[in-house]
Amino acid sequence: MAKITMREAISQALMEEMDRDPAVFIMGQEVGVWGGTYAVTKGFYDKYGPDRIKDTPIAENAILGGAIGAAMVGQRPVAELMTINFAFSAMDYVVNQAAKLRYMFGGQFMLPLVIRAVGGGGRQLGATHSQTPDAVFAHFPGLKVVSPGTPEDAKGLLKSAIRSNDPILFIEHATMYQVRGEVPEGEYTIPIGKSKIQREGSDVTIVTYCKGLELSMKAADELAKEGIQAEIVDLRTLRPLDMEPVLESFKKTNRAIVVEEGWKSYGVGSEIVSRIYEEAFDYIDAPIIRVAQKEVPLPYNRTLEQAALPQVHDIVAAAKEVLK
Amino acid sequence: MKKEQLLDLYYQMVLIRRVEERGAELYQAGKIGGFMHLYIGQEAVSTGLIAAREPRDRVITAYRDHGVAINCGISADSVMAELLGKATGMSKGKGGSMHMADTSKNMWGGHAIVGGHLPIAAGFAIGDQYAKNDNITICMFGDGATNIGYFHEALNIAKTWGLRVLWVCENNQYGMGTAVERASAVDEIRQKAEGYGMKNSAVNGMDVMAVYEAAKEAMDFIRKEGQPYFLEINTYRFRGHSMGDPERYRKAKEVKKWQENDPIGIFNKYLLDKKVASRKALDEIEARVEEEVIKAVEFAETSPEPAMEELFTDIYAD
Ligand SMILES: Cc1ncc(C[n+]2csc(CCOP(=O)(O)OP(=O)(O)O)c2C)c(N)n1
Ligand SMILES: [Mg+2]
Repeated sequence: MAKITMREAISQALMEEMDRDPAVFIMGQEVGVWGGTYAVTKGFYDKYGPDRIKDTPIAENAILGGAIGAAMVGQRPVAELMTINFAFSAMDYVVNQAAKLRYMFGGQFMLPLVIRAVGGGGRQLGATHSQTPDAVFAHFPGLKVVSPGTPEDAKGLLKSAIRSNDPILFIEHATMYQVRGEVPEGEYTIPIGKSKIQREGSDVTIVTYCKGLELSMKAADELAKEGIQAEIVDLRTLRPLDMEPVLESFKKTNRAIVVEEGWKSYGVGSEIVSRIYEEAFDYIDAPIIRVAQKEVPLPYNRTLEQAALPQVHDIVAAAKEVLK
Repeated sequence: MKKEQLLDLYYQMVLIRRVEERGAELYQAGKIGGFMHLYIGQEAVSTGLIAAREPRDRVITAYRDHGVAINCGISADSVMAELLGKATGMSKGKGGSMHMADTSKNMWGGHAIVGGHLPIAAGFAIGDQYAKNDNITICMFGDGATNIGYFHEALNIAKTWGLRVLWVCENNQYGMGTAVERASAVDEIRQKAEGYGMKNSAVNGMDVMAVYEAAKEAMDFIRKEGQPYFLEINTYRFRGHSMGDPERYRKAKEVKKWQENDPIGIFNKYLLDKKVASRKALDEIEARVEEEVIKAVEFAETSPEPAMEELFTDIYAD
């Protein structure tokens, strides 16, 4: 196993799939000559040229609408949104077109589209550029939403996403490109729609994904020092949601918290808690707590921004609370 | 223009330059975070433009907004404090570099979604039209912003409804790393206004007097005719798109060529040639600016952080 960064993992997945299938191409802002805003596609322009690495104008509707059209006629575009916040400029294409066209026309065509989007706060980019609106997108049937938390998952899931015949929103976190992790040598994929136990434990279940995984792993180390064994379930895919590992873990620990970076109201945690109530009510020993972002637009000031974002100590405190 | 006014324009341009040079240092030192987009090289654009407005005319721009803020009369103290995220910044440290606004000075921001503020600018003019006044909204944006749908919707409604907007495209030749001709169907951007039947012209943005004259003329037209006007201002950013731009997309030679056309240098020479001021008088202005910037940095560094309660204020008015 090699240890590589999240950036390298995503980059490798893109390159391997481009080498494997000539129908795959990339379009987005600054993906080519610049080398990708987050340097994920560095070197791609020289290797594949402008036909397969398309630098687009600043035109989110043309990027997503264009990618949808190309996918409908048989290509496999990977459309890149510089940040997920710009999906709002082209929301119709994400939730109204990509998610619905196949169904509405009785399944006459496939829509093999990947939208890669960078989300997350913590970089002092201000209210419009710092959002984690994953739950918004996961609300829509017809769209699949994937958001990995480790390099291994990022690579395997992105490869599956590109091979998938459905529209998939693939959400990366802006502060995680340097995160390092073990990645299997050689060819592998990871199925979309499968949650995974990332750390075993018997006392409390932490359900999370993406940035929340990074924070929860640290929190679990802290808790272990105090003799509390947390089990961490990483959702990896928000839609379709795989509750199996969550319920299995919960039936063992009978206590859970849900950790997400987005806002609490109507969020991923709300969904997970509801499902546990619906499907494992008899196993509940304590109220389930959601750890999430404070209900404010994120400010520029660093101290305030950090105060609004969920932190490791919030997770530790919540885990102890459900164990009381 | 009177001598005092000309010297004031020079003062504003030098002030923008020095505030940003210090800002860049503070960014490198880790005291400023987030994205910071410098206006260095483009100072003549907003300086000439805003000199042509009446105080009642509104200004709205994109995230490259420090210069516009200063031209609108926001103090260097306030700009520096906002850059450092302090409570004394005009947006209380909640906005940062990209979100400078002081509506009491008719500076309506600092907007970070490319093109997103154009329909809002049209909206200011809808509000003013509804109020039956003849205020003008000056809306500034980059060349890259003319490729997004917002731009086209805004121009169309402005012409159709007769809105008093001065649309100002700051064509600095690139949107991030993408040269105009790689992203835009026409590289003379004013042709897009032509498509909407909108009166338009282009001007050299390295010459503050030329910008001022063109803006004055455009604003006279807008005020009188109750119609929008499109002004393309050709310019160049001397620095990267934002801090930490690898600048792989342009050659050092090209940058150097434009830097030889420094708008401050050009205006300095103009003032000397026209005998508006002596070299000593201009040196004095520069010295005054140095002092003001030192004070602004001190003000910002010693200002308090916003209180934790500020996290929860200003979300709703009610
Ligand atoms: C809707 C949207 N898409 C993409 C971006 C990312 N972005 C920020 S600035 C920029 C380039 C804008 O270029 P231009 O309009 O020419 O302005 P300049 O930076 O040259 O002043 C891009 C692509 C954004 N902020 N908003
Ligand atoms: Mg530009």
